[in-house]
Amino acid sequence: MKMNSVLSNGKVIGQNETKLRTEAVNLYYGSFQALRNISLEIPERAITAIIGPSGCGKSSFLRLFNRMNDLITGARVEGGVELDGIPIYDTTIDVVELRKRVGMVFQKPNPFPMSVFENVAFGPRRHGRSNLGELEDIAERSLHQAALWDEVKDKLSQSALALSGGQQQRLCIARVLAVEPEVILMDEPCSALDPVATLKIEDLMRNLAENYTIVIVTHNMQQAARVSDMAAFLMMEEDRAGGLVEYGLTSELFTNPKDKRTEDYITGRFG
Amino acid sequence: MKAGAISKRQLSQRAAFSLLIIATIIVITPVLIIVLQIIINGASAISWEFLTQSPSQAGKAGGILPAIVGTFYLMLGTIVFALPLGVMAGIYLTEYAKENWLTRSINLAIVNLAGVPSIVYGLFGLGIFVLMFHFGMSLLAASLTLACQALAMTVTTSREAILSVPREYREGSLAIGATRWQTIRHLVLPQALPGIITGAVLAMSRSAGETAPILVVGAAFFLPRLPQTPFDQFMALPYHLYTVSAHVPGMPQGTIWGVALVLLVVVLSFNVLATIIRLRARQRRLNA
Repeated sequence: MKMNSVLSNGKVIGQNETKLRTEAVNLYYGSFQALRNISLEIPERAITAIIGPSGCGKSSFLRLFNRMNDLITGARVEGGVELDGIPIYDTTIDVVELRKRVGMVFQKPNPFPMSVFENVAFGPRRHGRSNLGELEDIAERSLHQAALWDEVKDKLSQSALALSGGQQQRLCIARVLAVEPEVILMDEPCSALDPVATLKIEDLMRNLAENYTIVIVTHNMQQAARVSDMAAFLMMEEDRAGGLVEYGLTSELFTNPKDKRTEDYITGRFG
Repeated sequence: MKAGAISKRQLSQRAAFSLLIIATIIVITPVLIIVLQIIINGASAISWEFLTQSPSQAGKAGGILPAIVGTFYLMLGTIVFALPLGVMAGIYLTEYAKENWLTRSINLAIVNLAGVPSIVYGLFGLGIFVLMFHFGMSLLAASLTLACQALAMTVTTSREAILSVPREYREGSLAIGATRWQTIRHLVLPQALPGIITGAVLAMSRSAGETAPILVVGAAFFLPRLPQTPFDQFMALPYHLYTVSAHVPGMPQGTIWGVALVLLVVVLSFNVLATIIRLRARQRRLNA
């Protein structure tokens, strides 16, 4: 894939190295094929959106990159998936270390049933940080990055479950940021949120894209158009396996789609 | 719709409700009668001396302290073995074991453990702990025997408590690079703990009431002193109740009811404790 156009944030994609790469990936759940022959390159420090109709395997595709599909009995991956050129399905790869580098935010905000502070400190603690001062610094930095600090700085010791939905989702983002990942995977992070909270998360994503590689699965076409630099359109094939229809700059995919199916989808003719 | 008129539908609804209420009353009546009878007949036997003295004349005089202490030791011994093992097996079965025929048969076996008649556990304990391991007729052998029986309950309740922790928590934790064990240790277990403890307390209260298994592995007919080591024989409330009511001629009726009352209080108080733990955990979850 040749990438030399200017991104929405003024960066030039051509200057961005490839962060994640899939090469002819097939994903199976038992005998069911969920993804077929998907090859694409995701640039670093940019936002790549995965769009497509329900059931086309968007989430499954996203979960390739932190090997979350491993948790599903019978899941099997063929082909190459690389992070910085390293094949992450190699047997020598430490999945725990991989997930530290590739964090994930889920569809439904899932703060842990503990205090705001403990939520953010959870990751660093598991990775061996125990100095309270250090953990407090990490928590403050991560909450700032997640644009949540001002709203929660006086209730760090209160239960995270008492926060609003949008705050909970930003807390989950802070929780991921606290372990200093390189990639953040977002699986429809706004689908459970109201429009105001959604805009806040989108702003946050744009800011985070300065330093992080973000891959977002979204149902919301406007969101993909607003927020992403690159966009991949996935669709179910006849046997229900998801395939890649089109991948390119968001600006081009949305204004000048090359594939008829992409055009039909983004103009709302189906899906 | 005319006011005052009772339609056929309403009539059948009233009939159904009445039937259900009557059924419920029939269900709780025996429990109420038993409890009331034991309290009325047994209260007069309860005294400081009854609770703190050793028995004499085969239980006709003196108190029942060794039986009370023996029962508490048994409950303690049972849970010391059954809780850690049950929780660990519960964790393994829910978090690590792959879904295959072996796991399914283990699960089935555990469910069926609960259905094994208690005297069979007694004979198992006699064969394994008393004879094979040479623990003799002892508190230790009895505790292990009751623990085997309680395992069915502790494993099952631990599994249910662990399964009730939402998958989203586990995913959130794994997705930031926590290991599976860290996820279990720091996220799943704290959440599952009230459920696990409730199951353990109920298992203890059930062990306190068991008569048949301990009969053959160490409970003494009459032993007016407290056990000093785990290898001593012991008295226990349910077995004592059985002996004083069936094997000692001329036993004062009040004493029999008194023993029953103490046993009932011990068992019920543990059930109440389990309920309190469960309610408090639910409250905390709602407030969180």
